[in-house]
Amino acid sequence: MTTKPAAPAPREITTKPRLSDRIFRGTVTGVGMLSLAILTLIGLFLALRGFQTFKSEGFHFISGVKWESVTSDNGTVTNNFGVGAMLIGTVLIATVALVVGVPLSVLTALFLTFYAPERIKRFMVSVVDLMAAFPSILYGLWGFFVLMPMVQYWAGLLYEYLRWIPIFNAPQPFFERSPFVAGMVLAIMIIPIVTSVSREIFAQTPLDRIQAAYALGATKWGMIKAVVFPFGSSGVVGGAMLGLGRAFGETVAVFTVLNIVFKVNLHILYGFGGNVASMIILKWGEAVGSETKALLAAGFILFVLTLMVNMLANAIVKRTLKSGK
Amino acid sequence: MSEDTNNGDEMSVDSAAPTNSLADVASAHTAARQPGNAPMGSGLEARGIHAWFGKHHALENVSLDFASGTVTALIGPSGCGKSTFIRTLNRMHEFIPSAAMAGEVLLDGKDIYSKGTDVTKIRLQIGMVFQKPNPFPSMTIGENVLSGLKLAQLKMSNKEDLMQECLERAGLWNEVKDRLGAHAGGLSGGQQQRLCIARALAVKPKVLLMDEPCSALDPGSTLRIEDTIGQLAQTMTIIIVTHNMQQAARVSDYTAFFLSEGGPGSMIEVGPTNEMFSRPRDQRTENYVSGRFG
Amino acid sequence: MALETQVEIKPQRPWQSTPRELAPTFYLLVASVIASWAIVAVTPMKGKLAYAFLFFVFGTASLSINKGRKLGRAAAVDSIASSVAMTGAFLVFLPVASILFTTIQKGVAGLHWSLFTQTMFTASYSDPISKGGLLHALVGTLYLIFISVVVSVPMGILTALYLTEIKGPGANFIQFIVQAMSGVPSVVAGLFIFASLIVATPIKASAIAGALALSILMIPTVTRTAQEVLLLVPMDLREAGQALGATQWRTVATIVVPAARNGLITATILGVARIAGETAPLLFTIGGSDKLNWNPFKDYQGALPFYVWKGLLLGTPESIQRAWTGILVLLILVLVLFILARTLGGRKMKSK
Repeated sequence: MTTKPAAPAPREITTKPRLSDRIFRGTVTGVGMLSLAILTLIGLFLALRGFQTFKSEGFHFISGVKWESVTSDNGTVTNNFGVGAMLIGTVLIATVALVVGVPLSVLTALFLTFYAPERIKRFMVSVVDLMAAFPSILYGLWGFFVLMPMVQYWAGLLYEYLRWIPIFNAPQPFFERSPFVAGMVLAIMIIPIVTSVSREIFAQTPLDRIQAAYALGATKWGMIKAVVFPFGSSGVVGGAMLGLGRAFGETVAVFTVLNIVFKVNLHILYGFGGNVASMIILKWGEAVGSETKALLAAGFILFVLTLMVNMLANAIVKRTLKSGK
Repeated sequence: MSEDTNNGDEMSVDSAAPTNSLADVASAHTAARQPGNAPMGSGLEARGIHAWFGKHHALENVSLDFASGTVTALIGPSGCGKSTFIRTLNRMHEFIPSAAMAGEVLLDGKDIYSKGTDVTKIRLQIGMVFQKPNPFPSMTIGENVLSGLKLAQLKMSNKEDLMQECLERAGLWNEVKDRLGAHAGGLSGGQQQRLCIARALAVKPKVLLMDEPCSALDPGSTLRIEDTIGQLAQTMTIIIVTHNMQQAARVSDYTAFFLSEGGPGSMIEVGPTNEMFSRPRDQRTENYVSGRFG
Repeated sequence: MALETQVEIKPQRPWQSTPRELAPTFYLLVASVIASWAIVAVTPMKGKLAYAFLFFVFGTASLSINKGRKLGRAAAVDSIASSVAMTGAFLVFLPVASILFTTIQKGVAGLHWSLFTQTMFTASYSDPISKGGLLHALVGTLYLIFISVVVSVPMGILTALYLTEIKGPGANFIQFIVQAMSGVPSVVAGLFIFASLIVATPIKASAIAGALALSILMIPTVTRTAQEVLLLVPMDLREAGQALGATQWRTVATIVVPAARNGLITATILGVARIAGETAPLLFTIGGSDKLNWNPFKDYQGALPFYVWKGLLLGTPESIQRAWTGILVLLILVLVLFILARTLGGRKMKSK
C-alpha cells in the first residue's frame, strides 16, 4: 500500500486593495446600482400614488372602458376610471406600427448589410440615425400636416377595396385622425430602433456559413434565406419587440395626430381612438384629486407593460447576438 | 468501381504510416495512385493570377494547371498567398470589399472572370470546403447535403439516392444513415467536415477546392478525410491548401510551393509531389520541405 | 505550366458591373416609368401612389425577367429580392427627406431676429409671429440641457465604468437594467418626477424638475454609448498601467478615461440629442412658462418643445406658424449636435 502524498492546501491569493481603490470601486458600484434604484423608485412611486385608484377600481381599472368623474349637485364625486379602451387602442396602434414598420426596417437592414455600396450605406446609416434623433413632437407635427392627408387617401383605398375585412371597415368613410394614421406615424418612429437592432444582428451572421452558401452557388437572396434568416430571425423578433415597447409608450406624436375618444374602436381606419400615454396628457390638464391619482395609476400600467416588453425583447436580442460569437 | 475502393484501402494503409520520410510517403502514394475515371477535360488553369487587398499586393503572377483527376497540394508558410490564390479560383476572393485581381482562370478553356459569366454557376462547378466545418445548423443532416441544390434552385430527381451517394463518397454514410433527420450541429467536428464535403459533392462539381480542411480536426478525423480525398480524386480535380507537409505527401499528385519574401506571395516551384519532396529544384523549397523554416 | 511575362498588371475588379452592363437596367427603368405613366393616363388609377406602385411593379418585374432570361430562375428571384430591399430602404429615406424639407420650408417663414430677443410674456400665440419670441424657451431648453448633463453624464459614465472596469457580480444584471431603463416611456419619466418630487418635496415645477425627468431618459443613452467606447480601450493599456504598480483608480483616471475622451464626449452629445426635443416629460414638470425665468430652481420654466406644443394645441394659423418655427430652431439644435457627434466620434448614433 502506498499512501498518497497529501495534496498541498491551496494558497489563497489575496490582494488587499488600497484605500483609493476601495473608494473608487465603492463609488462606481454605488452609482451602478443607482439605475436599479431609479427603476424601482419609478414603479414604487407610481404604484403608491395610484394605489387608491387600484383599490377603489380593482380589476375594473384595466378592463373598464369608461373614464369619467361626475360631481353631482350635492357635491359627491362618482368616479369611473378604466383604461381598457385605451389599452386596446395602444395595442391596436402599435400593431399597425409593427405591421408597417418592421418589414420596412428589416428590408432596410438587409439592404444596408448585404446590398448597399459603401457610400450609400454610410449615407443611409446616417439617415436612420438621424430619424432616431428627431424629436417626437416633430413627427407629430409632420404627421399631422404632411402624412395625414396622404394616409387618408390610402385609408380610402383600403376602405373601398378591403372593407370586407372587418378591421378595414368603418361606420362612415371618415378617416381623419384615425388609429391608422397614428399607426403610420409610429411605424416611421420605430424604424430606427428596429433597423439598427436588425442590422446589428445581420452583421453578426457567421461569415463561414455565408461563405459556405456562396461557395455552393447561392445567389445573395438564396444565401440570406439559408443562412441569415435562420440565424437572425429570433433577434429580429426581439428588435421588433423593442419597437413595440417604443410604440406602446409614445405620447406626443400620437396625441397630435389622433382624435382621442374614450371608446373602443376596432375600425382602424375610422377617425377616433386612443392610447394610454396620450390619454394621460389629454386628461392631465383638467385633472384634480382622484383623477390625477388615476392618471398616475395609468402611468404605472404603462410602465409595467413597456418594461415587460422591453426586458423580454432585450433578452431575445442578447441571446441571438451571443449565438453568433 | 471495385478498383477504386481497392485503391482507397491502400491509401489508408499509406496514411497510417507517418514514420516514413516525406519523400517515402510521397513516392508510396505515387506508386499506389492509379489513374481514375475523371471526365477528360482540360481541367482548371490559372494564368498570371495577381491578387490585391486594397493597396496590398498579396499574390503575384501565379500560373498553374490542374489536370482533371489529379490532386494538387498548395504548401507554404502562413501569409504566402496560397489561401488567397485558392479563393480566386472560385471567385470567393471578391467578397472582400477592397479586393482586386488580375489574370485569368480557365475552366474547360473558358475564363470564369469573363463578362457575362454567371458566378453562381461557376461556384457550382468549382466547389469548396473550408478550414472550419461550417454545416448549416438550422438544417438537418440530410437537408445539409441537398442544400446546394436548393440554394441554386436546381431540380433534384431522386433525393434519397443522391443523399446516400454523396454521404457514401464523403465516407459518412454509415455513421449517419439512421439519423439523417437530426440537426447537423450534433455531429463531431470531423463528421461535420465530411458532411461539408458531402454537401459540396451534391452539386456535382468538376473541381473541389479545400482550404486547410483538416486544420481544425483531430488526427483520426484527418486520416478519414484524407481517405475521402483519395477516393474523390478518381472522379474530380482536387486542389488542397495545407500546412501539413505529411498531408501533402500523403494525398497529392502535384505539389506547389508558395512563398512571400517580404513582398507579394508567389509560387516558387511546382512539380510531382514525390519529386518536390525528394529533389526540389529550388533551394527555398528544399529549405521549407526539410523543415528549416516555416 | 505556362509562364507569361506581363509588362504591367493593374488591379482589376471583373465582378463589378461596367456602365455598359448597367445600361439595360437603366433602359428597363426608363421603360417602366413610361409604362406607369401610360397606364395612369388611360386607366382610372391616379395619383402619386399609383405612379409609385406601378413603377415598382414594372421595374421589379422587368429587371427580374431580364436577369432570369440570362441566368435562370434563382437569379430572377434574387433580382426581385434586391429590388424589394432597395425599395424598402428608399421608403425609409422618403419621410426623413420630407420631414427636413417641410420643416425648413414652413419654419423659415417665421424666422426673424426678434424671435431670439423676445419672449411670449406680452404676446399671445395667435398674434402674428413678428410679435413676441422664443427667448424664454431657448433659455429654458439650455437650462434643461445643462442640468441634465450635470446629472446624467457623471452617472452614465460611472455606471459604464462599473460595467467595463469593475465587472462586479451584478454587472450583467445592471446591464440588463440599463437596457430596460432605456425603454422607459418619456411620459412615465415625467409622471415619476411629478409623483415623487413635485407632490412630496419642496421642489415644484421648474427647470430642475424637468431636467431630472429628462435625466432618466438620458442616463441609459450616455451609459450605453460610454460603455461601447470604454470597451474599445485596449485591455493591454489597463494591464500596462497596473503592471507599473498603479492602482486601478489611477489607471482608470489617467489611462482609460483619457484614452476614451472623444468617445465620452460623443456619448454626452448623443445623450443631449436624445432629450433636447422631449416634450412629454416637460408637460408634467416645468409648467411651461411664457416668461423669461433665469432661476432654474424656482418657478415655471419654458422650453422649446413646450413652445411648439402650445402653438400646435392652439391651432390658429399664427400659432401653428410659431410651432413650425420653434421646431425648426429645435431641429437645427439637434442637427448641430448630431453632426458634432458624427465628426467627433465617428460612432453610430444609438436609436432611442
